[in-house]
Amino acid sequence: MNAGGDNRARLLALYGTMCRIRAFEETALAAHRAGEIPGPLHVSIGQEGVAAGVCLNLRPDDRITSNHRGHGHALAKGAGVAGMMEELLGRAGGHCRGKGGSMHIADFSVGMLGANGVVAGGIPIAVGAAQGLRLLGSDAIVCCFFGDGAINRGPFLEGLNWAALYRLPVLFVCEDNGVAAFTRAESVTAGPGVAARAEALGVPAVPVDGNDALAVDAAAARLVAEVRGGGGPRLLHATTFRLMGHTSTDPAAWREVGEVEAARAEEPILRLRAHLLEQGVAPRTLDAIEGDARAEMSQARAAALAAPWPDAAVAWEDVQDSGAVEAA
Amino acid sequence: MAEVTLVEAARLAALQEMRRDPRVWVLGEDVARGGLFGQYRGFIEEFGAARIVSTPISESTIMGAGLGAALVGTRPIIEMRIFDFVMCAMDELVNQIAKIRYMFGGQARPAVVVRMPHGMWRNSAAQHSQMLESWFAHLPGVVVAVPATPADTAGLLVSAIRSDDPVLFFDPKNLFPLKGEVGEAIEPIPFGEARRMREGTDLTIVTWSAMVPAVEEAALTLAARGISADVLDLRTLWPWDERAVLASVARTGRLLVAHEAVTVAGFGAEVVSRVVERLGPARLRRAARLGQPRVPVPFAPVLEDALKPDAAKVVAAAEALLRD
Repeated sequence: MNAGGDNRARLLALYGTMCRIRAFEETALAAHRAGEIPGPLHVSIGQEGVAAGVCLNLRPDDRITSNHRGHGHALAKGAGVAGMMEELLGRAGGHCRGKGGSMHIADFSVGMLGANGVVAGGIPIAVGAAQGLRLLGSDAIVCCFFGDGAINRGPFLEGLNWAALYRLPVLFVCEDNGVAAFTRAESVTAGPGVAARAEALGVPAVPVDGNDALAVDAAAARLVAEVRGGGGPRLLHATTFRLMGHTSTDPAAWREVGEVEAARAEEPILRLRAHLLEQGVAPRTLDAIEGDARAEMSQARAAALAAPWPDAAVAWEDVQDSGAVEAA
Repeated sequence: MAEVTLVEAARLAALQEMRRDPRVWVLGEDVARGGLFGQYRGFIEEFGAARIVSTPISESTIMGAGLGAALVGTRPIIEMRIFDFVMCAMDELVNQIAKIRYMFGGQARPAVVVRMPHGMWRNSAAQHSQMLESWFAHLPGVVVAVPATPADTAGLLVSAIRSDDPVLFFDPKNLFPLKGEVGEAIEPIPFGEARRMREGTDLTIVTWSAMVPAVEEAALTLAARGISADVLDLRTLWPWDERAVLASVARTGRLLVAHEAVTVAGFGAEVVSRVVERLGPARLRRAARLGQPRVPVPFAPVLEDALKPDAAKVVAAAEALLRD
């Protein structure tokens, strides 16, 4: 693959998105440690290649559903950073008005239908969104992100069967980081895994090295075209590595000695950077992209910290129209 | 006006709304063949397989797909076949549908109707007879509709389909053959307005859903014995017509809440509590609840009858309430 012309712009965009995800989450972790972010934080550091590579192939009117580790998906789909950071800090200007937090990041204005606090929770929603879009005559597709832990829940079986049955425009993306919370996926998963399960339900599955953002981009481009072309659902099985613990408070001491260090050498941003340098991109260009990303996120953190808290009355709002209760 | 059965009234209401709004569609098991009770009879011929979607027995995805489809702007009717099967879709209903508007700060309005035919019916035993409407009244984010007549079922279903709130619609399956008048054009009935079944002065009886005909019969018996009951059918449990109940009890001073559901922690407890809080002991002299004992619904007709609240039990409870 050469890095000239349009392709170079695409690779730099991919690199930029990955750097922004990394910077967002590192900034959020720092803010969490400083006591600025309440509640748990699930970061996807090390997995940025999947979100960035897949979403680069989506249109603004395509939809995504995500899981509890959803910052990267949201950013890659174009969610506003100010609204995301304010949401993490529980501020009034957050995308969810401070009612969702990290685990429920959503930005419907860019087709991000929500992170989800329940493993596999986004799968039925994704297939239904695809069914609804078809009913409305749209050719938009839905991309459904979930982890390897989700494939042991019933909605995975139901949702893939359903999508295949109605030939729905859904791209399922399994981000297989090998661990379900604190448990190694292989120790709780029988059989040959997600791709074989998908194929058994008639959903063609493609494996990809999720830490190779170029490979993710190429595979996603093909699968998105097939899905949009009416070919029915597809599954992308992206293997990757979660460099941090399950939550912001998990030091991942249960990892084997040297495991994380070894994985760091294979992490997706370093790999794409090495590729871009090989292709003749100047180091200062890449440094500038990284620096801009860090500056953007640190500015967003400062802005969120200065932003107002939601008015207490907001707690009573957005429940329902009929039978809404009044503020005490 | 035509006299139709309750299930036909429900069918006519959904038919009217599907003709009115192309965004309305139905998903659930066997709906293309008319649904388990014929509540979608003829729909497949008129609306086709894209809007009448017979699904696998995948309750989680029936519920969750309905939600996803609502998030992109359609208005699904989610058919659960029999209420008890909703237990297989509780994450999608409780954690997703009921929460999504709130936890996303109002970005989404899950305009779904979840139809769940509930209650005792043809000796169907413990997994096909439950009435757990109080669970859902406890759940913020949803409307809970519990109609009991053909006209109310039709009017409330029209409101449910037009509502931007998720509406849990409890079809009273044992009352499906019940007949009543339904207008040519079905008008929506607002949520939270009780229907006064009968005016009276001696005591207030509050009821809903499958219990309504039994209470109606009991009120006639009581009248013949010189007891005048003021009877309210709540029709919806959230929102519920607190004002109508308070006004009635303020006059009668005695309150009986009768429902088919288990008495313990049933919605009757909420009704009595609110009346106590608002009226106090000075104006509420006596209160009682009538429902099933806290046991599962058994199979054999004699066993089911032993537990089922009926007109005779309502009469006895009302008379006991007047003895003081």
